[in-house]
Amino acid sequence: MTALLAATGLRYTYRRLAAVDGVDLHLAPGAQHALIGPNGAGKTTLLHLLAGTLRPTGGRIRLAGRDITRTGPARRARLGIARSFQTPALLDSLTVLDNLVLAGWRHTHASGWAPARYRHLAGRALADLDALGLADQARQPAGTLPHGQRRLLDIAVALTGAPKLLLLDEPAAGLEDADLRRLRAVLRGLPPETAVVLVEHNLDLVLAAADTVTVLHHGRILATGSPHDVAADPTVREVYLGGPIEAVR
Amino acid sequence: MSGADATIRPAGSGGMGRGGEVTAAAAVAMDPTGEAGIRAPRHGSRLPVTVGGLVATALASARGVIGYAVLGLLAAGAGAVADAYTTVTLARILALGLLAVSVAVVTGWAGLPSLGQVAPFAVGAYTAALLARAGHPIGLVHVGAALVAAGLFAAATGLAVVRTRGTAFLMVTLAVGELTAAVAARWTSLTGGSDGLAGIPATRPVWGVPALTDDRHVYWYVLAVTALVVAVTVAVLRSAAGLLLTGVRDHEARMRACGHPVAVYLLAAYTGAGAIAGVGGALLVSAQRYISPADVGFEVAALVLLAVIVGGTTSIGGAFVGAGLIVGTRDWLAGPWPGHAPLLLGTVLIATVYLLPGGLAGLIDRLRQRAARLGVRS
Amino acid sequence: MGLVDAYLIPVVDGLAYGLLLFTVAAGLTVAFSVGGVLNLAHGSLYALGVYTAATLSDGTWTGLGLAVGVGTLAGAAGGGVLAAGVAPLAGRGHLAQALFTFGAALVVADGLTSLFGPDELPVTIPAGLGASAMIAGHRYPAYRLAVIAAAVVLAGACWLVAARTRVGARVRAAVDDPQMLACLGVNPRMVQAGVLAAAGGLAGLAGVLGAPIIGPGPGTADAVLLLSLLVVVLGGLGRVLGALVAAFVVGLIQTLGVTLAAGWAPFLLFAAMAAVLVARPARTAGGTA
Repeated sequence: MTALLAATGLRYTYRRLAAVDGVDLHLAPGAQHALIGPNGAGKTTLLHLLAGTLRPTGGRIRLAGRDITRTGPARRARLGIARSFQTPALLDSLTVLDNLVLAGWRHTHASGWAPARYRHLAGRALADLDALGLADQARQPAGTLPHGQRRLLDIAVALTGAPKLLLLDEPAAGLEDADLRRLRAVLRGLPPETAVVLVEHNLDLVLAAADTVTVLHHGRILATGSPHDVAADPTVREVYLGGPIEAVR
Repeated sequence: MSGADATIRPAGSGGMGRGGEVTAAAAVAMDPTGEAGIRAPRHGSRLPVTVGGLVATALASARGVIGYAVLGLLAAGAGAVADAYTTVTLARILALGLLAVSVAVVTGWAGLPSLGQVAPFAVGAYTAALLARAGHPIGLVHVGAALVAAGLFAAATGLAVVRTRGTAFLMVTLAVGELTAAVAARWTSLTGGSDGLAGIPATRPVWGVPALTDDRHVYWYVLAVTALVVAVTVAVLRSAAGLLLTGVRDHEARMRACGHPVAVYLLAAYTGAGAIAGVGGALLVSAQRYISPADVGFEVAALVLLAVIVGGTTSIGGAFVGAGLIVGTRDWLAGPWPGHAPLLLGTVLIATVYLLPGGLAGLIDRLRQRAARLGVRS
Repeated sequence: MGLVDAYLIPVVDGLAYGLLLFTVAAGLTVAFSVGGVLNLAHGSLYALGVYTAATLSDGTWTGLGLAVGVGTLAGAAGGGVLAAGVAPLAGRGHLAQALFTFGAALVVADGLTSLFGPDELPVTIPAGLGASAMIAGHRYPAYRLAVIAAAVVLAGACWLVAARTRVGARVRAAVDDPQMLACLGVNPRMVQAGVLAAAGGLAGLAGVLGAPIIGPGPGTADAVLLLSLLVVVLGGLGRVLGALVAAFVVGLIQTLGVTLAAGWAPFLLFAAMAAVLVARPARTAGGTA
């Protein structure tokens, strides 16, 4: 099976500190891969390298066979990589609806002329908002939403355009139970071909959502495998969990 | 100032003109009393630019269209009743107003604070002046050539300049503006050096029309061209282009992450703004029949940036109001206290920075919100 | 011998000009990186020094010394006033603060033309510095040499303060983490005021010393501001060593531009700036900023 994403030997050095130091990552289409590790392990940096907002100092990234190591974030987005941000990145002065319209703008091949494109995207956006429970806020400026809804909208923005690879940066951070449940539903409801790389501290979510877990430490891969195997790995426990996962729950 | 682009429309008012997929429920606006405490976005829902959309816009903001029409009539009338000196001043205010519009597009809409729009303004002005002195007095040609020359200049400089943001952009554009003024002052064989180019023949708007020697006719010509440029600019900004620029201004990284070629958008805005400034320059030459480096220097850059801040950074109409206010005050004060224009500009700029963070438009916003919270319908 | 002299003098001129620019631009770039303020009134602080020299430097060494003292103090005081004016705008971001300094520059410009008139003023320097000095068989313009020497001493002193004293350490800390610095009991506003005052003092001093090179006139503040901005952009915001190299480049272009091809200097300067902006390594993978 051809890998969707093949990252080899990724390295990012900043001022003599190697934030990411020789990381390999291979994803099949539809894979749900979690990245965990202590703070400063290089998880977010790795995500930035995959998204294209940072240029790797070493290594190679291939998306569906195509070398994207030197491709910028906008082009990567058009190739099918989408991301959410650690702090929800929304267009605050625009309406929630417009946020989704702009998110899908460069992904539609539908009718080039702007008014028709807008109408088409607005229709789809409203349907998406309905599914997220945000339909009532469609005409509100995105800046007025509370944090949980901002987070959901940020992910919805990423999902517009049917990405092949979805990069999520700590999506559960700061979410209350109701929003956490919505988030889980969103992750469960993803199209089967969408691969996900999930950076997360919330181990419940990791265990529920991921089929592979990679543990990063000091920019290197400490362990990788199924959630159960990783949880049982003694080195991982020592470095990160400080005890068995069952004890953490 | 009323006008469809200058007023703050609550997000819900754009509901008309959408396709059938938009449900009525979704078209219900946000809290109408503004209790959310933040400014309602000016461009909450972008209306599509179609004939139907334009009609819908006109109907929805009939007040705005009538407002503009009234304003246009007033402006035209002013030229009829005012004396020669005032008429020339009004024409110069319109030309500077276009320069201010250029600043509004780059600083307000593209979010890049520019002190260098005087550079394409200068390119346009000197292009028109040189054409006129070379025996081509047709205004249409001046405006067209100025538009192209300034646009090309902006595109070329923009390739380097648009790679910066924020204060770096401010610095670089200031440098570009000053360097252009320096070239204008040094390249004596072309630009007349620091003395400038004088004795520019009167403009003939189009072929077959005699040269405009009456100041009132010149003023109406300048008004007509300005109105056309403003109409096109407003139409573009209210279309998808404006939406995209607003998105970039709000969160550039997010726009990139959604696939938007941000650098292309910003370069396009910078080039368009340069073209607008160039037209302003050509009109200035028609109005005052003279151009010198002093017309395109540091002080003018300060003046138009101040005009835009005062008028509200994204407001096209506000740019003209600001320009009029500043030039008017400067000329009015020049009577009793000549030669102190920099002092006036400097103090007003400082005062504006302290007291009016959102410009006049922001002040109007705050008053409206206060009124709304008191239950008074706005 | 004569041929070498003909080239030597412009080079010495260029060096002096460059070091002078560096002294001014270093203050501007540090004020930005530490004080967080893009000081568009920096040229005006130089102008304060230049007009002080025109007034007080009467050809005697005491006159020059007095001018140096007063000019430096005037510049420092100006920097302090700017810091006070900018402090209430701290929450509103860099742009608001930069615009305040822009307004201040206009006000000072008006004040100076009101006080001294719109013409360029002559500056008298002590006779000993006016002539050429003979060194190793070549003639050099003595004043330029003196400026070079003074600038080197100044740069050395600044480096010492920055690298070896507690004050310098606090300033460096303020660049890295102003909040942490505040936790240690040091008021970042004070550091900002101090840096702006020091930068202002440097600009004033540069003005006094540089008066024979970039003299007093209505366009001086603008010209010096433009040149400092170019140096800062070319050298990189906040990079002092970069500013040194850039200052030499700009200095050479300006002085050689006058002798070789008058009027080409602005184009060359713009080309240099464009080249630096385009060639700057970008952080993103695709090369965008």
